[in-house]
Amino acid sequence: MSYARALHCRKCGREYPVEARSLCESCLSPLDVSYDYQAMAKVVSRRKLAKQPLGMWRYKDLLPVSGAVVDIGTGSTPLVRADRLGGELGLDELYIKNDCLNPTYSFKDRPVSVAVTKAREFGFDTLACASTGNLAASVAAHAAKAKMKAYVFVPADVEPGKLVGAAIYNPVLVTVNGNYDDVNRLCARLVERYNWGFININLRPYYAEGSKTLSYEVVEQLGWRAPDCVVYPAASGLSFTRIWKGLEELAMLGLIEQPVNTHMYLTQAAGSSPIVNAFHSGSLHVNPVKPDTIAKSLAIGNPANGNYALMVVSQSGGGACAVTDEEILDGVKLLAQTEGIFAEPAGGVVIASLKKLAASGVIKKNELTVAFITGAGPRTQEIVSDIVHPFIVEPNLESFEKVVGVRV
Amino acid sequence: MVKRQVMFTFPEKLIKEPIIYNLGRQFSIVTNIRRADVSEDKGWVVLELEGAEADIERGIAWVTSRGVRVDPIIGDIVEG
Ligand SMILES: Cc1ncc(COP(=O)(O)O)c(C=O)c1O
Ligand SMILES: [Zn+2]
Repeated sequence: MSYARALHCRKCGREYPVEARSLCESCLSPLDVSYDYQAMAKVVSRRKLAKQPLGMWRYKDLLPVSGAVVDIGTGSTPLVRADRLGGELGLDELYIKNDCLNPTYSFKDRPVSVAVTKAREFGFDTLACASTGNLAASVAAHAAKAKMKAYVFVPADVEPGKLVGAAIYNPVLVTVNGNYDDVNRLCARLVERYNWGFININLRPYYAEGSKTLSYEVVEQLGWRAPDCVVYPAASGLSFTRIWKGLEELAMLGLIEQPVNTHMYLTQAAGSSPIVNAFHSGSLHVNPVKPDTIAKSLAIGNPANGNYALMVVSQSGGGACAVTDEEILDGVKLLAQTEGIFAEPAGGVVIASLKKLAASGVIKKNELTVAFITGAGPRTQEIVSDIVHPFIVEPNLESFEKVVGVRV
Repeated sequence: MVKRQVMFTFPEKLIKEPIIYNLGRQFSIVTNIRRADVSEDKGWVVLELEGAEADIERGIAWVTSRGVRVDPIIGDIVEG
């Protein structure tokens, strides 16, 4: 059974039934799923959770879903202790949550699995999304699994690997001449005209909830404790807010200590850092920017949840950090060459920011820190192709020793 | 008649121009300001536009051509 009670307006408190709707009619603020936590607390316990099968749906009681789910095998990704990277950065208790290891190679499978499940419950036969690349792949894959139709919209300059990564599941793939914000403008029009389940528009409250499973997993993997610091990449800022919501819920349910003492660090690429800019200028309003960065999955100039993300930063005593494209590439290489994890640029943003935050003493040596790697490297591999300079030899010993041997 | 919620972000050089007034008059659009923050050097306004769909389309194209950034409202906007 689902403990979701209503959609709740964060600003004015007005409530709506659990339906396909994302904005409050009276104040235009976003709606959140609210739950009956008292009833939930009666059925959720550490012991019961430990007996659930692996995967994100082990936390079904904390998600707004009751019936059969659309699951392509998402979740229960590794949390690895990163002693080598930690050594490089001067951090004694560093962990990497490797969410590259989801079926479509990014964390997006979590929110999408919830949103598609709700879409089917609400009776939609067609899914759609505005995407910087990863979301398109995930929506297309879930549509295939659920036998639904999918329209996925991406900016025309998305990486080729991301196009293949979505097209393989056979959605209607639309590239839009413009950046993500233009894609979003188009999709905001389409949602008025077509009766589609738009994953990140009219299904946004449900889509949002799936990302909470990232923090549930990390807490369970740490033996039921919350990290001291979280370092996470932001585009719209939505999933960042759900990492925090997930921790607060676990505290409310008595599964971890109250209050939550985690410091939330939000990271962006300097070429697309509207939320970090607002943080540094001390403003709660996020001024839109025109993105220009190799971290295309994070290139959103007008982040829909920037304001909420800033509130999470300040409420948690956290911070925000932006890094240049050069630092991002170094971050991708550093992670690969110390921990054996090949991330896409969003991961480079996290590692490069972590490096800065550690070097400046904002994140301290003994703090238990979790860096979230949310997307895999191979689909954006052209950005690091300069790394390839093999020795070229003939298939004989002589040639090998001549070309490579001197260096052995 | 349709309603559309949008955010306008004004560059400094346009702050003092009566863009929203002209939008309403020239395109027969009812403009209903829901939230705003305008200072000397920059400003944003969240508003609801109501009118014939084609008029709204042309109106938004005109505002954009003047140099105002127009974004749809999908998520949160600042308090107050
Ligand atoms: C790999 C990756 N990480 C993080 C994000 C951030 O997502 P959000 O919009 O929730 O901030 C995205 C969004 O596209 C992404 O693709
Ligand atoms: Zn409201």
